[in-house]
Amino acid sequence: MAQADAGPALTGASGSGRSRSGLVTADGTPLRRALERAERRRKLAAFLLVAPLLAFLLVVFIFPIGQMMWRSVDNPQVVDAVPRTLEALRGWDGNELPEERVFAALHADFMADAELPRREQKIGPMGIRLNYELSAARGAISRTGRNVESFEPPYKEAFLDQHRLWGDVELWRIIQREGRPLTLSYYVAALDRQYDADGSVVLRDENRRIYVSLFMRTLALSVAITFLCFLLGFPIAYWMSILPMRYANLLMICVLLPFWTSLLVRTTAWIVLLQQQGVINTMLVTLGIIGDDNRLSMIYNMTGTIVAMTHILLPFMVLPLYSVMRTIPPSYMRAAKSLGATPATAFRRVYFPQTLPGIGAGAVLVFIISIGYYITPALVGGQTGRMISNEIARHMQQSLNWGLAAALGTMLLVGVLILYWAYNRLVGADTLKFG
Amino acid sequence: MGLPPYATTGERVWYYAFRVICIAIFFFLLAPILIMIPLSFNAQPFFTFTREMLTLNPEGFSLRWYEDFFTSDSWMRSIRNSFIIGIAATVLATTLGTLAALGLSRSQMPFKGLIMGILISPMIVPLIISAAGMFFFFSSVNLAQTYLGVILAHTALGTPFVVITVTATLVGFDHSLTRAAASLGASPTRTFFKITMPLILPGVISGALFAFITSFDEIVIVLFVAGVEQRTIPREMWSGIREQISPTILAVATILVLISVALLTTIEILRRRSERLRGLSPG
Repeated sequence: MAQADAGPALTGASGSGRSRSGLVTADGTPLRRALERAERRRKLAAFLLVAPLLAFLLVVFIFPIGQMMWRSVDNPQVVDAVPRTLEALRGWDGNELPEERVFAALHADFMADAELPRREQKIGPMGIRLNYELSAARGAISRTGRNVESFEPPYKEAFLDQHRLWGDVELWRIIQREGRPLTLSYYVAALDRQYDADGSVVLRDENRRIYVSLFMRTLALSVAITFLCFLLGFPIAYWMSILPMRYANLLMICVLLPFWTSLLVRTTAWIVLLQQQGVINTMLVTLGIIGDDNRLSMIYNMTGTIVAMTHILLPFMVLPLYSVMRTIPPSYMRAAKSLGATPATAFRRVYFPQTLPGIGAGAVLVFIISIGYYITPALVGGQTGRMISNEIARHMQQSLNWGLAAALGTMLLVGVLILYWAYNRLVGADTLKFG
Repeated sequence: MGLPPYATTGERVWYYAFRVICIAIFFFLLAPILIMIPLSFNAQPFFTFTREMLTLNPEGFSLRWYEDFFTSDSWMRSIRNSFIIGIAATVLATTLGTLAALGLSRSQMPFKGLIMGILISPMIVPLIISAAGMFFFFSSVNLAQTYLGVILAHTALGTPFVVITVTATLVGFDHSLTRAAASLGASPTRTFFKITMPLILPGVISGALFAFITSFDEIVIVLFVAGVEQRTIPREMWSGIREQISPTILAVATILVLISVALLTTIEILRRRSERLRGLSPG
């Protein structure tokens, strides 16, 4: 055994190994290659440690989100349900009602679908899909589906007799447009737009525009909340940074206690305080400041959302601000004052600029969290305090328009990722701390 | 930083005004949470102080909402669910997260930035989007409305906190210790359990606590992924607030505040211990 090992080592040492790199290991491989191999092995070991979590997150987290984003453009319903009709519609100019052979193909599609087991039928899902584009489409399709077996040629008349919508060129344009495996129509809807007769994208009617203004409101609320957090967070972070460590730690606990308290507990607290029969209103009535019959409505509206969310997100502003302010030497301010600056000037020109990294970090953090917030606006926001997340949830759970929910969600996600990228450039993700 | 004796009147006024403002802000932070505690002992089903309570009359106080809470089947089931899901998710997240942090802190780790980005993404992505994605995915693999589904989802949400806290602990880690152990003949597993683990334990535990509180406090995923059987405490509070708001919620809230105080204290103690062990601070 020992001799067998020694053999190659000797030849390696006396042969090519010495001539090229000079150094060899005990078993004769050139040192450089041996080091490279060891490096590779350590790289692999490091990767293997990360691999379980990486694989877990790819399956349970990244893939589902990708799947959801895919849903915002995925459009299989019409293609799957009426392949013959789409084939017959090819080359249709979209101006006049399609001719008889298209209706015959549609009839054939309906008949083929009726043969399938109930769970595999495709016409029903197509009705739901078309209904997003044209309300009443679902009713027309399901009624036709019930009676289609008794249809006799000419089919065009039979369909038109069954439901007037089959005589609407608009419906046929939609079938043709959505008869493709991918669609942008959810995004068109999410931007308050629609297709007009010649297929170009135009704004919806004034009273049906919802989402753009909701995105704007979400942005405005997030900006307001971020600004309020800055306004309230800056003084207390500053105070904590100039106090001796002992008191600062005590105050830090006061900041961390709300941070650690359940979100629902804090939201409940604001309901208790702000509602019509709540603590603040009752106190004001008892003190005679307001009358019993005009209690203030401070909750279930935009005020409620802003107050509760500012309270919830304030620690996220204070923590980065405080950690930056701690590192600013107080001698800078003294130097500025000794050089003749008034306290206000010294603060504005010397102290404040040094806190900017902390302000930036805190502001982006608060903004990112608030823009995707769901629970608090849902509980205390009422109608005017709703945010885009609430609309996503509504489409997920009530209207079941999952494609639109996915489109709105994708837009929100892209916005948040861009902000996060900016945050990362600004401060680096490693600086994230949680108390 | 006291007030210097040569301060002008303006400086004096500002000095005190600033402190009053700060105290008012702290009041804004703490009062809403603290005010629920006395209100949870209200004898009346109101969310406001009754005359009896203000005059400290014992008649005005009662434990009826606590009794309500501890005798309610749905609340008790939600507590059990919260702990089952929270503990299972914490164990999974801590194991996966600690291993990953050990790998990430090695200098040889390839694609570090990209991998770190993926690992902390559950913390960045808005919960409603994670919930929507998981809702579709879990429905398609029959994990919706199961304990396993909620546990896996909460594990994913908890791992970034473990990765970040353990990575932070490993920054000050002296790698010559593990090399010394290896040179003395210890296997990598033995080195890990005898040398590495005791040193990074404070970081692991505080990461685990973060993962636990994340799961314990999480509601959006539960709303979408869990069924009636898997309702947790926040889910029960959600329907309590939305449907029939009763002071029982305040009793639950008080108990939760006490739990968070206990967790906060534990984390603070661990943090100090870890800093002392690593020699970062004298006390």
